[in-house]
Amino acid sequence: MAFLSLTNVSKVFGTTAAVEDFNLEVDKGEFVSFLGPSGCGKTTTLRMIAGFELPTTGKITLDGEDITYKSPNQRNVGMVFQSYALFPNLTIGQNIGFGLQVRKLPEADIKKRIDEMLALVHLEKHINKYPYQLSGGQQQRIALTRALAINPRVLLLDEPLSALDAKIRVELRLEIRRIQQTMGITTIYVTHDQEEALLISDRVVVMSQGIMEQVGTPANIYNFPASEFVAQFVGQLNLIKVTDVDLKKGTCLLANQPVKFEQSSKITISDKPRLAIRPEELQIGTGAGRNALKGRVESVLFLGAVVRLRVDLGGELISADFFNERTRTLPRKGDDVVISFPEYSCWLI
Amino acid sequence: MKRKSFWSWIWLIIGMLYFILPLYATFDFSLRARKGVLSFLSYQNIFKDPNFWSTIRFSLVIAVFTIIVSILLVVPTAYWIRLRLPQLRGMLEFISMLPFVVPAIVLVFGLIRVFSGAPFFLTNTYFGTDALLVAAYVVLALPYVFRSVDTGLAAIDVISLTEAAQSLGASWSTIMFKIIFPNLKVAILSSAFLTLATVIGEYTIASFMVGIKAFGPYMSLIGQNRTYESSSLAIISFMVTWSFMGLIQLFNRGKADSGSLAGAR
Repeated sequence: MAFLSLTNVSKVFGTTAAVEDFNLEVDKGEFVSFLGPSGCGKTTTLRMIAGFELPTTGKITLDGEDITYKSPNQRNVGMVFQSYALFPNLTIGQNIGFGLQVRKLPEADIKKRIDEMLALVHLEKHINKYPYQLSGGQQQRIALTRALAINPRVLLLDEPLSALDAKIRVELRLEIRRIQQTMGITTIYVTHDQEEALLISDRVVVMSQGIMEQVGTPANIYNFPASEFVAQFVGQLNLIKVTDVDLKKGTCLLANQPVKFEQSSKITISDKPRLAIRPEELQIGTGAGRNALKGRVESVLFLGAVVRLRVDLGGELISADFFNERTRTLPRKGDDVVISFPEYSCWLI
Repeated sequence: MKRKSFWSWIWLIIGMLYFILPLYATFDFSLRARKGVLSFLSYQNIFKDPNFWSTIRFSLVIAVFTIIVSILLVVPTAYWIRLRLPQLRGMLEFISMLPFVVPAIVLVFGLIRVFSGAPFFLTNTYFGTDALLVAAYVVLALPYVFRSVDTGLAAIDVISLTEAAQSLGASWSTIMFKIIFPNLKVAILSSAFLTLATVIGEYTIASFMVGIKAFGPYMSLIGQNRTYESSSLAIISFMVTWSFMGLIQLFNRGKADSGSLAGAR
């Protein structure tokens, strides 16, 4: 039986459905991310787990207990907010100990737990400071330890890194994952950053317009997207118009050049079919069992570790990413090139 | 640049003279109680007058109760409006401004009329009258208290702080007394001092409800009968009010310092 379970959960605000028929089972100790654009319902779902919103329909159970209508202060769920939400009138130590004082734990136990938590994020020397005396990254670390100090059954993080700069974000997301694995705590993480979700999650739930589009491991989501939305939202994707589609043979024409594809996913093909292929699947030159397309280099974008070619296939532009090598001679704008990709790496949308 | 600076100084000096000259004239007049010499005789007379102490004590007690009732009424209301009913904020703001629109004389006659007969016989007893006076002052202080508290609430992330406390297991009373009230300390103190200054000098409502018992009517009486003492009383009341304003500045400055440190990080 799942540790956290959401069954047919939906939430309607007025006439707008924020979340529709959401079903999810999370195992104990699992790290699950809700990924999607703004307004997709990911935060609303998280808030329903926290108890800040009541579901319009459906049921939420935690460790076998029905918590659907339980008030937030009785759920024993830790929450980390985008804005940190540290209490400005309390010191760092008092902030971490707040939940423990509410539970009326002995002072010695509270002190011990505060020290443990501060050691976890290496901020021991800041115990007597006030939140405004810490940087954003430090404040968010404290917010995380404050939520963990109460030994919550589930840790909920609502876009915790959005307010931080890029460098701190990269550091902190790995730290969150390290702490989660150290403590073995079941975690739900809301983000609109696909890289963040793919990097730290055991499973990712991709959401759009209140609907769960796909649930799976990061590799599964990225390599086998279940819908056009997931394919486009997660990672970079070339979508190029094709003609003369023969589904039985798995062939079509792309800019009048033959292409073979494998329709491995269950994506419904639209009236105006397009070939979907990730830029990193493409390479310059040909090879056995690969689709080869002739084109002319339209631009070369040097991104450091990666070089992105934009190739004109005769009215259709395709992007190809490959790793930079120091000795490699890059094609130049206007060069004629042949690019190729395996049949199994592309599919129709 | 120099020309601009010159005119800035000129305007500043004109502005200061506009406020300071009448005060200086009043102060100078208050020192002339003894013929031919400058003395603090009028101040000594005021401080010797037992009515001065009894009226100021009465008004201070009324002010303290007004502050307590106002804060207990306004803080939870303004908090709840920000947390759950933000659509009602405009209406509450409008209501809080009504004491500026409704003249005090209308308010006091209305109160006396309603609370002097059945079923409320509040004006029949001293305690009832004093309670009614506090209630009237709560209404009168509403614009200052609501504005201060609302500004204080706007400066903190009320929703996130409340939800953070709730997720940590806190009850509503814990949230109010351990998180909201402490974080509104400066706003509450500001509103308290403004209320105190208002209540101490208020004349209209006090004179109709309690008469000479309050400091406002006492000041008026002195003004009618004792020339030099009325000037000294005006200076004293200015000093009291300015002291409160100074205290507000002191508390606000402390808060501004902490904010700038956070911003620099």
